Amino acid sequence: MSFTPDELAAIRTSLIVATRAVVFALPLAVAMAWVLARGRFFGRTALDLLVHSPMVLPPVLVGYGLLLVFGVQGPVGGWLLRNLHVRLVFTSTGASLASAVMAFPLMVRSARLSLEGIDPAIETAARSLGAGAWDRMATIVLPLAAPGVVSAAIVGFAACLGEFGAVITFAANVPGQTQTLPLAIYSALQVPDGDATAFKLAGVSFALAIAALAASEVLARRVSLARA
Amino acid sequence: MSLSKRLGAFSLDIAFSAPAHGVTALFGRSGAGKSATLGVIAGAVRPDRGRIALGDRVLFDSDRGVDVPMERRAIGWVFQDARLFPHLSVRANLNYGARRAKGRDAGVRFDEVLGVLGIEPLLARRPSGLSGGERQRVAIGRALLSQPSLLLMDEPLAALDAPRRAEILPFLARLKTRFALPILYVTHSLAEVVRLADQLVVLDNGRIGAQGALADILARADLPLLSGRADAAATLDGVVAEHLDQRGLSRLRIGDVDLFAPRLHQPVGEPVRAIVLARDVLLARVRPEAISARNILSGRIGGLAARADGSVMARIALDGGPALLSAITADAVQALKLAAGEPVWAILKSVAVEGAAPGGLLALFDD
Repeated sequence: MSFTPDELAAIRTSLIVATRAVVFALPLAVAMAWVLARGRFFGRTALDLLVHSPMVLPPVLVGYGLLLVFGVQGPVGGWLLRNLHVRLVFTSTGASLASAVMAFPLMVRSARLSLEGIDPAIETAARSLGAGAWDRMATIVLPLAAPGVVSAAIVGFAACLGEFGAVITFAANVPGQTQTLPLAIYSALQVPDGDATAFKLAGVSFALAIAALAASEVLARRVSLARA
Repeated sequence: MSLSKRLGAFSLDIAFSAPAHGVTALFGRSGAGKSATLGVIAGAVRPDRGRIALGDRVLFDSDRGVDVPMERRAIGWVFQDARLFPHLSVRANLNYGARRAKGRDAGVRFDEVLGVLGIEPLLARRPSGLSGGERQRVAIGRALLSQPSLLLMDEPLAALDAPRRAEILPFLARLKTRFALPILYVTHSLAEVVRLADQLVVLDNGRIGAQGALADILARADLPLLSGRADAAATLDGVVAEHLDQRGLSRLRIGDVDLFAPRLHQPVGEPVRAIVLARDVLLARVRPEAISARNILSGRIGGLAARADGSVMARIALDGGPALLSAITADAVQALKLAAGEPVWAILKSVAVEGAAPGGLLALFDD
């Protein structure tokens, strides 16, 4: 099986977009999971709803919202363009942003489950032994939450690979730039003789998804073995 | 060390001081505020008002706005459940506090802790593979190695079954003689108090019921937590002088008095504490002959005190030092013409010493 340059570009774009999205979103997702799991403050429920909203909203709507905020006319997008000369709309960075926002709730949920499984009493013990807040986070909380963090990364990666609506709305469908696998499959299906391309790329998507699942299984097992 | 504090919902209002060494037991039934008191001292619970100081180091003072955070209080805390870090080996658990001691030194050496607690063979293991008793020993070692200025122990034996408890008690007893740091020991078990404590603070419903040296408290029959369970008792500290294997006895030396107890496990020379209940001491004016009791000691009546139930508590100063208590009837006082200064023979029906097989006579105190 051989791939045309355009097909290879779609695979590469997908991997880059998803990897970058996970690298930037994972720490934020873990931090958000921690805040939601342990925080006791006014507006926690509202924050919870906001974080989870991309799961229930139509992806196109999320993409539109991103356009409003991060578009060149939007408050954040305009500021970025003027001060940092960073443009998000119709760029690969923008595709990462859109897919990260969509995958964020999944990552938060996965990390939160394992953070909530940590007995606060264990942290009290660490504290009584002289460990401050960051110290406890690094030596107790994150190691104990490692399985959840790993699965958050993999679930997030898979979700980013598959994101369609928000990406095409916010970052458009530019081959080599923002055309990820689902977008390339969609485009291939729009042309009369695109069946072969669509079929090949579907196969690649399938293989990546299975590989991500397998990786998460293996990593989860390794982490739990290391703790046993 | 002195402290006083008050909590919102459950009102805890106590003030006590403990000596800079030895074991002070915080004793009381569940809900008396023992664990809450430890939480306040450790810094996990913030009192409304009060002052907590360790020597001249102030940890909390509501008037001066001092509140040292828990991680900087240098207080070791041993919990009911060991709370070992599941992702770390026993060795890493032990080192966790030690690495954060920041140059503090309470004179606790790694090798010594391994020896005293018998945890050397466990070093490479994971907490999940340890028994309950082993876990608790590791937790105690971990707290000790953080070089604390004070060690808090919150019912460290409560979550263990009787054999495990019996396994750890000797370690705790050794702890107190080997390391010089003060220990605040919370328990609702009189057996543990009797075995370990030097000082006793009795908590009742968030208030202090009584406090003082263990022997003084045990000698009082009027305390609500002690009476009806074990009655008043004399506390006799001494050493194992000799094992009489043929007779199945051990001879204890208490001051200048010899006391016989069922054969003990402890080696000769080891310090022991014997408890003699007032109701187990009979009095006679002449030395009884051909009697099954092994301990017949001469002394003088130190004092007689009438009790609420009509009986009389006699204090007997033994020839050679220690004092005993004897619960007798008012009729016996009349018949034997007992009065302060009169010579008597004390017949001890039983002597409770931890370490006597099987299980220890101190099981008497267990609830």
